[in-house]
Amino acid sequence: MTQAQPITPDTPHDHDPHVAHHFHSAEQQIANGKLGMWIFLATEVLMFGGLFCGYAVWRRNVPDSFAYGHLLLNTLWGAINTLVLISSSFTMAWAVRAAQLGQRKLTSILLVLTLCGAAGFMAVKYHEYHHKFEIGTGPGRFFNIDKIKEHFHSEPPRVAASPEHAPAPVTNTSGGNATSLPAPAPTPDSGLAVNQTPVHTQHLTEAHLTAEMVIKSRNFIDIYFLMTGLHGLHVLVGMILIAWLLVRNLRGHFSPRYNAPVDLVGLYWHLVDLIWIFLFPLLYLIQ
Amino acid sequence: MTTPLPTPDLLTRNPLPPGEHLSADNYLNHSRGLWSWLSTLDHKRIALMYMAGILFSFFLGGIFALLIRAELFSPGQNILPQLPDKIISGQMTYHPWQDTYNQVFTLHGAIMVFLFIIPSIPSIFGNFVLPIMLGAKDVAFPKLNLASFYLWAAGAVLFIGAIAVGGLDTGWTFYTPYSIKDSDAVFAGVLPATAGAFILGFSSILTGINFIASIHMLRPAGMTWFKMPLMLWALYATAVIQILATPVLAITLLLLIAERAAGIGIFDPTKGGDPVLYQHFFWFYSHPAVYIMILPAMGVVSEIISVFSRKHIFGYAFIAMSSLAIALLGFLVWGHHMFVSGQSNVASAIFSFFTFFVAIPSAVKVFNWLATMFRGSIWLKSPMLYAMSFIWVFTIGGLTGLFLGALATDVHLTDTYFIVAHFHYVMVGGTVFAFLAAVHYWWPKMFGKMYCETGGILAWFFVFFGFNLTFFPQFIMGSHGMPRRYADWSIDAWKARFPDADLSFISHNIHLFSLCHKLSTIGAFLQLVGFLILAGVLIHSLVKGRLAPRNPWGANSLEWHTSSPPPLENFKHAPLANDPYDFQSWHWNDDLHGFTQHETPEPGGAN
Repeated sequence: MTQAQPITPDTPHDHDPHVAHHFHSAEQQIANGKLGMWIFLATEVLMFGGLFCGYAVWRRNVPDSFAYGHLLLNTLWGAINTLVLISSSFTMAWAVRAAQLGQRKLTSILLVLTLCGAAGFMAVKYHEYHHKFEIGTGPGRFFNIDKIKEHFHSEPPRVAASPEHAPAPVTNTSGGNATSLPAPAPTPDSGLAVNQTPVHTQHLTEAHLTAEMVIKSRNFIDIYFLMTGLHGLHVLVGMILIAWLLVRNLRGHFSPRYNAPVDLVGLYWHLVDLIWIFLFPLLYLIQ
Repeated sequence: MTTPLPTPDLLTRNPLPPGEHLSADNYLNHSRGLWSWLSTLDHKRIALMYMAGILFSFFLGGIFALLIRAELFSPGQNILPQLPDKIISGQMTYHPWQDTYNQVFTLHGAIMVFLFIIPSIPSIFGNFVLPIMLGAKDVAFPKLNLASFYLWAAGAVLFIGAIAVGGLDTGWTFYTPYSIKDSDAVFAGVLPATAGAFILGFSSILTGINFIASIHMLRPAGMTWFKMPLMLWALYATAVIQILATPVLAITLLLLIAERAAGIGIFDPTKGGDPVLYQHFFWFYSHPAVYIMILPAMGVVSEIISVFSRKHIFGYAFIAMSSLAIALLGFLVWGHHMFVSGQSNVASAIFSFFTFFVAIPSAVKVFNWLATMFRGSIWLKSPMLYAMSFIWVFTIGGLTGLFLGALATDVHLTDTYFIVAHFHYVMVGGTVFAFLAAVHYWWPKMFGKMYCETGGILAWFFVFFGFNLTFFPQFIMGSHGMPRRYADWSIDAWKARFPDADLSFISHNIHLFSLCHKLSTIGAFLQLVGFLILAGVLIHSLVKGRLAPRNPWGANSLEWHTSSPPPLENFKHAPLANDPYDFQSWHWNDDLHGFTQHETPEPGGAN
């Protein structure tokens, strides 16, 4: 039986320099990378899944908090963030395609655009968080009841339960915008006392929030910060990875033969986007 | 089909090249220096680094165990001191001595679970053996593998640092609301410990990703899924649990940290949170975690039972499918840790049903191992001693789990020593015995040295009998009501704690409790003797052991087709896939004191 030559690291080999030693072909390496990344994404889904489960449990346990709390969120900013992130997913996917086709300049431009989208997302998030801290609705120990009472008017004590008129005052001084609003249209269910769970809140806007309602929404604020905070951390990590890709691309590392890192970071970025697409309706849109 | 036991008359036709088993260039001596180890991408060296850290953790956890048993030998305060608290008006105040006990059992549990048992077999033996069993040069992602090791090390440092920072007395389960109280009422070690566990979780997840990708992608031509060694099925099922369950632990610990550090009210009832929710989150991971602990152990046992019965494994497909079944069903039973936590009867009934159901695949495996041994040629070497002990002891542990899965009995047995005995039977009698079996089985392959078999048997004797003496009395006293996590089981302590209760069951049983505690402590120290003997045997092996042949046991999985220790890239000549449980081609060679293969099959067939 003929003996094959022993393989040592010094044996001259003619494989693609991008292929690691323990793989026998570039195809095997690429397939491994993709499988590994998909499994990692599964772990991320499980991790956020725990938070989504928690959301469901708290929504059931403290419905008051959710009823009032989401009014504190500005749906417009949320929608802008959603659009920005979806667009950045688009530019990222296109960047992957460009890298596969060897279009280096286009790849760089698209990676930069993706980064801009991510940065825009973080800027909006910063603005939202900052505003929340300012008016006293921060998470946990940053929930400042005095500041809330400054920014939101208090509910005047109800003399008699009136089935037809919500006691929300006409003028609104929250956030410094003093605009006068017409009283909300009376409905049978909109008679609200401070300690009553509202059955329908679609007639309420942020303008109708009283300090007492905001204080009750403490749990929602906590969950909001937890979920968007963890998501924001993942966006930051994604930005670092995309910047790394950009640097490598500018140095000419990627080619039609070797572009797996762009593909894999793209997969990660799409998941980050997907998680936001779940977060947005659950936090901003549901009533 | 059995192969005959080795007889001195059988000679090989093609002896190994002279000096083959000396392995001139192997992974151990290929490069030298500390940095070559710390920066290695070689899965075998990573496995050894894990081994050093994990054995140290076992030693540390074991010290805490001995402290527990020494304290509980007799009622009242025995050896545990009071720990200093704060200085008030110039005088040092102390925590009560029972707080020290709480810290000791917490650290014992936490170190053993997170630092030792969960990584043990996958990170050491999985890392070493998986690529070689696949005929591959390394795992799918070698750099990720090294990262996993450093994550383990970082988590371990944080964990042990928790002791220095202020200690931990919540129990290894970190139950709320106690674990989220402010630090002047509770020791401050919760934060670094949970952060450490969080990082350890990522080590586990990355290892899981690596193993799944490796098994999917790196199998050689001819090695279909149902031709892999069962160890790989076990590691695969374990990896599936690692990647699906550990992220839930990650988020649970993050929430706990957020609660302690930022005051977010998730589990705190005063802030609208739900403390039982913590238990759901925690056990959703921690129950599958116990299957992470046992599945690799079962894989080891499958290998060893077959080799040392000189008989093909019985029911290969059933064992393989049972591994997957345990992995998946294990996600459906977490509520059986919470039967008395106030969950609904319907939920409890469902969890109870699934708990009974998940026992079935484990039983399937036990029957298949026994069927493998039946009419086999039992070769009673140290690995086989431990593997057979595993079957016996794991069966006891598993059967006692059924008492706990039944709602009516669980209500009486919860939080008693019955539970402690149950999980030690499956974790120590199960995983640790299989771990020791794996150590004895793969030691010659890893280090190229044999160990003194007599010493190995002596160590086994002390470990096996010491283990049973430690934990069997705990079943008895647990079923008579002895509660767990009690620092002091004297009648006076009970009366002080429950001044108005009817404590007649204590006075009826105090002699039984006393006897059981004493036996248990003696057993623990017998185990210590066993482990010390084992340490001596293994160190002696490294220093003065006989050189190992490539196949001392006559096994047929691919790791035995390369030298002991293997070369850096695992094989000098790429191996072909084979049936890992077909031992017919291996024959005893007295000169090499191991098994060798004929090059071509003998005419008339081997017998």
